[in-house]
Amino acid sequence: MSTAAKRRLIRDFKRLASDPPVGISGSPNPDNIMIWNAVIFGPPDTPFEDGSFRLTLTFSDSYPNKPPTVRFVSKMFHPNIYANGELCLDILQNRWSPTYDVAAILTSVQSLLNDPNPASPANVDAAQLFKENSKEYERRVKQTVELSWLDNPEEIEAAEPESSSNIQAVAA
Amino acid sequence: MSSDGENEDLMFEDEYDDAFDQDEDMEDVDSTSEPDVYDALSPAIEEAPQKKPYDISWKVRTLQEIIDMQNKEIKKIQSLLEVPASTAAILLRHYVWNSEKLQEQFWNDPTAALQGAGLSPPSSPSTRTQTLPSSPEKRPNRLPRTTVASPSIRTRSRLPTEPFECPICCTDFDKTLVEGSTFAMGCGHRFCRDCWGEYLSGKVKGEGESAKIQCMESGCQRVVREEVIDEIVSSDISKRYHNLLNAAFVADSSNLRWCPHPNCEYIIECNQAPARMLNQLVPTVECKCGHELCFGCGYGASHRPVLCRIVKMWEKKCADDSETANWLQANTKECTKCQSTIEKNGGCNHMTCKKCKWEFCWVCMGPWSEHGTNWYQCNRFDERSGIDARDTQAKSRASLERYLHYFNRWANHEHSAKLDAEFYRKTEKKMEQMQNSGNLSWIEVQFAKAAVDAVIKARITLKWSYCMAFYLKRNNMTELFEDNQRDLERAVESLGYLLEQNIVDTDSIAKLRQDITNQAAYVQKRHDILMDDTLKGYLERRWEFSVDI
Repeated sequence: MSTAAKRRLIRDFKRLASDPPVGISGSPNPDNIMIWNAVIFGPPDTPFEDGSFRLTLTFSDSYPNKPPTVRFVSKMFHPNIYANGELCLDILQNRWSPTYDVAAILTSVQSLLNDPNPASPANVDAAQLFKENSKEYERRVKQTVELSWLDNPEEIEAAEPESSSNIQAVAA
Repeated sequence: MSSDGENEDLMFEDEYDDAFDQDEDMEDVDSTSEPDVYDALSPAIEEAPQKKPYDISWKVRTLQEIIDMQNKEIKKIQSLLEVPASTAAILLRHYVWNSEKLQEQFWNDPTAALQGAGLSPPSSPSTRTQTLPSSPEKRPNRLPRTTVASPSIRTRSRLPTEPFECPICCTDFDKTLVEGSTFAMGCGHRFCRDCWGEYLSGKVKGEGESAKIQCMESGCQRVVREEVIDEIVSSDISKRYHNLLNAAFVADSSNLRWCPHPNCEYIIECNQAPARMLNQLVPTVECKCGHELCFGCGYGASHRPVLCRIVKMWEKKCADDSETANWLQANTKECTKCQSTIEKNGGCNHMTCKKCKWEFCWVCMGPWSEHGTNWYQCNRFDERSGIDARDTQAKSRASLERYLHYFNRWANHEHSAKLDAEFYRKTEKKMEQMQNSGNLSWIEVQFAKAAVDAVIKARITLKWSYCMAFYLKRNNMTELFEDNQRDLERAVESLGYLLEQNIVDTDSIAKLRQDITNQAAYVQKRHDILMDDTLKGYLERRWEFSVDI
């Protein structure tokens, strides 16, 4: 099974590299194809515009029969994203289909940014502001956009070699 | 799936009829259904002694009978709508086995009905899966038909004459293998069989889905047919899939219910207790496994004479309240203003409610403002305001005490019922003793067991009568109810006392036997009176409850 998951991830990577959707980039960890780093750029004309939000996708051997675990590394302020970066998205849970690939996942996450579902909040503050005080909501979102510029990839690579080696230790 | 039986019964058709019109049908069914070995073992099920207005008829079904019921409906729809069996099954499941509604909608707009159920219209190759594994003679048939299918579907469908890469696992199949190793439904979304197997097994085993497993393609609502699943997955998964289908059928049918007892595979069929009748009926039924259950709510024992809804409320209240309430009563007082419960865990008597900021005295419960400068003592116990405050508190306490009164009695009988086995064991020992020392035959000492049976039965009824009493409004009817309850309680207690008596000598046995037999008959009579009166009371709408039913 693991070979099927890897084969599929290689194809996903080829597709993403050859035909990347707008505002999305992603690639597997050089040492472990089961862990991907990705960046989603905030869609234009939304409060998330200009943000570059980093995420990790962790795939299991049962991919694509089971969805990967998707987690924001950048700090987010969004009704459906938990404080620890995990997100509440139907296609990553009960509506998962094995035909989704990495590009489809990232596109869905990107569209979730400006199309939250305040009915199932993962961040109560964000959900409440989104519903009741859009100005304040936008201000808080803008803050995270500015924060996202600070953790640029070079800094992070320099800052967290030990954490990435931890992940590999677990995966191995 | 079984063949269609000649002993098809009439019951299923009457599923949606009114509850009380069906006694005749029930009898018909009894006489036409297969003789069952279990019938001989439990004649009580089939022939209720005498029919009371609140009694209901029911039938215990086997799994095979449930399967036959479904097949019969499927056959009917299959011939009426002229569709394949699996199409009929998917349609019926989509319309929750309401065949009238299905027919109405189907004749109204067949395309919409089929699409709504996750099937393509008849003009497109909806029956294609039946040709699996591919049978060449049917293929020419299929090609002209596909031309009618909507173009959007066809563009995605690849003809299995060119090499193919499974979009899920990226395995390549050359054109000779495409037909045998890959599979697509009428929607044309083709994947390899391994991926299908993985997906379908996951759906059945992991998520417990059955009737509505859809195509793997995201957003495609095409429902996977039974025969496809059976063919692709392993036999144990397929078995589980069919179990799930049967379970879903039972769950979807308001006149069917699984027996809730562990390892019991029987299904109760009852047409006389639809949900809307549950405000005046307590449909207690007995399964062939020997256990009683409530058909209305699935409670695994008789909860007569209490209505299902009240049982539910009571159980919830007990789960939430009983222990907590006891503790609260012993350890707390309520804020005299906002009624928040307060535990005093130290400090002086000057209390400030954290919630409403009200300041009061813990001793006299009066407002603190009247205490002036007497900070740490209270000599104002008799002041008017303090008395009023204590009155309101007394009221809330009284309601709690009322609940605990009923709960304790309920719990007491519940506890006694748990000691059933012990009671039987003790009585058996006594029966042996009587046989040995009193020269009584085995049959002559059976009165003791009968008496224990009566006590246990009455205890269960009494237990629920306390739940009932808790929710009853105070009026004359309730007084009568409580009189009956009291009489039964007394009768049970004195019978219990007699059963605990030690056997002293041979002479006393004869007297004890006489007493116990008499008292047991009396208990039985009081029990029937309470049960009769209460259950009839529902039909006559005599009971007034303090809650909405």
